[in-house]
Amino acid sequence: MGCIYGLVALGFVLIYKATELVNFAQGDLLMLGAFVCYMFVIWYGVGYWAAFALAIAIVALFGAALDASVLRRVIGQPQFAVVMLTIGLGAIFRAFASMTWGSEIYTLPTPFSAKATRVGGVTISHEYVSIIVGTVILCAVLYAFFTYTRVGVAMQAASQNQLAAYYMGIPVKRMFSLIWAISAGVAAIAGVLLAPVSLIDINLGFIGLKAFAAAVLGGFGSIPGSLVGGITIGLIELFAGAYLPHGFKDVAAYVVLLAVLAIRPQGMFGTVGRKKV
Amino acid sequence: MRFVFKTSYAQDLGLFRDGVQRNWYLALLVGVAVLPVLVPAYVGDVSLVFIYGLCGLSLMVLAGYTGLVSLGHAAFLGIGSYAHVYVTQDLGLPWLAGVIAATVIAAAAGVIVGVPALRMTGVYLTIATLAFALIIQEVFARWDAVTGGLKGKAVSKPVIFGVSFAGDNAFYFLCLVVLAAGLWLTANLLRSPTGRAWVAIRDSEIAAQSMGVNLAVYKTMAFAYSAGLMGIAGALFAHKIGFLAQDIFSVLLSIQFLLMVVVGGLGSLHGAIFGAVFVAMLPVMISQARDALPAMLSQPFTLFGKAAGDTVFLALDRFVKQPGLEPGIFGLILVLFILFEPLGIYGRWLKLRVYFSLFPLYKAATFRRQKAYMRSERLR
Repeated sequence: MGCIYGLVALGFVLIYKATELVNFAQGDLLMLGAFVCYMFVIWYGVGYWAAFALAIAIVALFGAALDASVLRRVIGQPQFAVVMLTIGLGAIFRAFASMTWGSEIYTLPTPFSAKATRVGGVTISHEYVSIIVGTVILCAVLYAFFTYTRVGVAMQAASQNQLAAYYMGIPVKRMFSLIWAISAGVAAIAGVLLAPVSLIDINLGFIGLKAFAAAVLGGFGSIPGSLVGGITIGLIELFAGAYLPHGFKDVAAYVVLLAVLAIRPQGMFGTVGRKKV
Repeated sequence: MRFVFKTSYAQDLGLFRDGVQRNWYLALLVGVAVLPVLVPAYVGDVSLVFIYGLCGLSLMVLAGYTGLVSLGHAAFLGIGSYAHVYVTQDLGLPWLAGVIAATVIAAAAGVIVGVPALRMTGVYLTIATLAFALIIQEVFARWDAVTGGLKGKAVSKPVIFGVSFAGDNAFYFLCLVVLAAGLWLTANLLRSPTGRAWVAIRDSEIAAQSMGVNLAVYKTMAFAYSAGLMGIAGALFAHKIGFLAQDIFSVLLSIQFLLMVVVGGLGSLHGAIFGAVFVAMLPVMISQARDALPAMLSQPFTLFGKAAGDTVFLALDRFVKQPGLEPGIFGLILVLFILFEPLGIYGRWLKLRVYFSLFPLYKAATFRRQKAYMRSERLR
């Protein structure tokens, strides 16, 4: 569970790192990813892995199209406009999903379902293993991408100063579309991995709210931070459910979020600077 | 174009620009006062508009004037509602005591959120208020003794100093009076040094700070005032809906409030009211369109035979009866406003007015917004 938070948080962080926008529709992209995969597996009888790849591709393309058609227009406007815009988009996605796939609850069969491994007396089901492995691989790939490739560095440059990056010959618009595609793809991966554990319905996107806690805890703008934050939130929830009275499990993440914001707003791995006037 | 030539300081201090403007507002007040006679069927909906107007006012002070965007205002509304109902019904105190308690408790909650919020800027604050709202919603669900928990709580009709406001019309005027008082108070506050300081904080925190505005004090004040107004609105809201349940005060309601100030036009009191009219009346219009649209749109298809018309009717009917449609429409409107009219309905009205008062000389560039390509919130 913590890894899923981490993955969704990763999506937030990617977009924030590259475009300084906060995407409140991330959770809804996750939901779309899960639904698209479900549709291919159940309705069209595509194999799980093919459906997985298709879901990632479709949602990533969708993310890029979204950037090109809608979000590019608000670049340069106050950040608040973007927050509202993505909230609106999220509502549209949910309405779209409920119209296309209905508001029932679905389950997604996977190759890992109902299999488990025993490691030294502890039984671990393969679904959870798939989530953890997927997260680790994805995180490593993305980290390498941002640190070592020209495109990744260009993205970071574009985030810090769009105009300067543009003068340096970086195609800023294409960078932004690309980062939206990557982020939407990550959301789709998270959605598909989450689908067997939690069930698919149109409110799957609300997991995005908890992922916020993870992203903030790790420090917005830090890729390893988002994963550590996600896992921490997952563990805190688990322990709150086990040791605290009923009801604390659901709010534990938010309490932690508030505490972090009040005490150390930059999170565990974040950096802050002062604005020059 | 009218130009007011000022000959005394009293003109500068007046609430209205000139006599004409004052008369227009008086005419509006008269119009609103006779509205229940004109459209008796919509009295309930219009009183909801007034309550939403108060909510819009509250969020406008915070988001539109101080620049602190909150996604948790439904929580303050809920605190006001539950406080009012608890004080008047469980403790048996008079109505006014309930409203005062609602205001004070909500304002105190505002301070509790506001103080840690001093360290946050921009989107962090939005996230923090969102988290606060989610926690408060859980509190509403669990605190059985006060809130009735998941079962909810029935609300009786308001009785003020022995006078019952149970009727729709009486409640309508109660809401109207409270809204007018709230508007008057807020308009005056915004003209005072406090309001100027808020606007200065919105435009640039650093500049405001260097001019001697104490950020901590004024931000907390903005939070407290906004939450207090929300508390009053909550007291009325409780009577309006008649039954309190914790899932009413959800994030979706907060989003609706934010939609209200954005659609109305950020940074104007008119905008808060326009937005309230829009958000409160939209569900009414949607439900009417739901009944009327399929028949209307399928009419042309009957030319191709009755079967074609029926098919289109059924398809449309099924489409508009989808349960998820309404939030989707809200989202769509939000997106369209942000993209095409960031100044909201009030901004559109302002443009129209300027267009006609400058008639042949209007330039679109008058309202062009400056874009900033290096808006790093990290460095603030």
